[in-house]
Amino acid sequence: MADDSPLTAEDPITGEEIELPADVEVGEIIDSPASGAELEVVSLDPVELQEAPELEEDWGE
Amino acid sequence: MVRVNVGLLYSRIRRDEKLLLSELRDRGHEVEKIDVRDVAFGLSEPPEALADVDLAIDRCLATSRSLYVTRFCDAYGIPVVNGSRTAELCADKVKNSLALHGAGVPTPRTEVAFTVESALETVERFGYPCVLKPVVGSWGRLMAKLDSRSAAEAVLEHKATLGHYEHKVFYVQEFVDKPGRDVRVVAVDGEPIAAMTRTSDHWLTNAAKGAEAEAFDLDDRARDLVERASAAVGGGLLGVDLMEVGVGDDGEPDGYTVHEVNHTVEFKALDEATDVDVPARVVDWLEVVAETAGTTGGHGDEGAREDVDDGEEAEVST
Repeated sequence: MADDSPLTAEDPITGEEIELPADVEVGEIIDSPASGAELEVVSLDPVELQEAPELEEDWGE
Repeated sequence: MVRVNVGLLYSRIRRDEKLLLSELRDRGHEVEKIDVRDVAFGLSEPPEALADVDLAIDRCLATSRSLYVTRFCDAYGIPVVNGSRTAELCADKVKNSLALHGAGVPTPRTEVAFTVESALETVERFGYPCVLKPVVGSWGRLMAKLDSRSAAEAVLEHKATLGHYEHKVFYVQEFVDKPGRDVRVVAVDGEPIAAMTRTSDHWLTNAAKGAEAEAFDLDDRARDLVERASAAVGGGLLGVDLMEVGVGDDGEPDGYTVHEVNHTVEFKALDEATDVDVPARVVDWLEVVAETAGTTGGHGDEGAREDVDDGEEAEVST
């Protein structure tokens, strides 16, 4: 039977558990609900977050 | 339908990449996500993750990385969207303006100066307001609307003193009195997928700056410019930005000017603002590119080179 429990990971800044979208991707950015900081999903098994890199001058489209 | 092994080059998965990934996977294509921060690129052999892909898609958030990874794909003989020449012509505003002007596409009057003094002379000649833009940059960042000589002196001094060397390339542009909005068109090889206006009370109307997006019907003149602007940079999946000029009381413009073509275009706002399934249309086109690349061995670059050399419209190899 499929596991219906929500996907969660520890906020590396606050230590709180954060709920993630079921279709989350490695490389995606999640906003920390507590601090508002950008967190990057760095692995899915296990789900792991780390502080996202700061905006660089050459980023864009 | 041909099943394609796609290599998605990225360093951040935005909503745009997520939409693309979802559409590719739903259609049964193999997708190899390649975080360019995790790999190194040798001169002769591709990194393992890239070795077996049929088509690479450059979705690097950092322009510097985009420029290099597309060149490496060329060196390895791996078809890449967009091609390295297109990336080169879009990543730098000077090269972008030269390509558009060279192809006869109306684009705002622009001059480039290399010292504060010569830049100030250009600004004075253009008159106020005029615009100072970084040669590399996006999302409306570090753009300056100069309303007076004292403002110009201050901004130029700051750029010269505090900036990276690229900020000492002073890109001065006329201020286009647009009707509170500009037009973003996402196109594939010059064929529009969808268009929207971006409206704001601020002089900057980038979606990233919070401009309001609304679906827009392109007229034939705008379609023609999109096709020519795309060809000017070698074609591909592009975001072509236009401004309406000479808008009369009836709301109709006398024409358009193309201020920019973007090569790693974001399309989530367009997908939300219009009824068009933008990622589906993008993947329709990618499938054609992959199929064609299987027999022709590349996309876009030869055409771009021809265009820059002789000013004629490019042949795009799809």
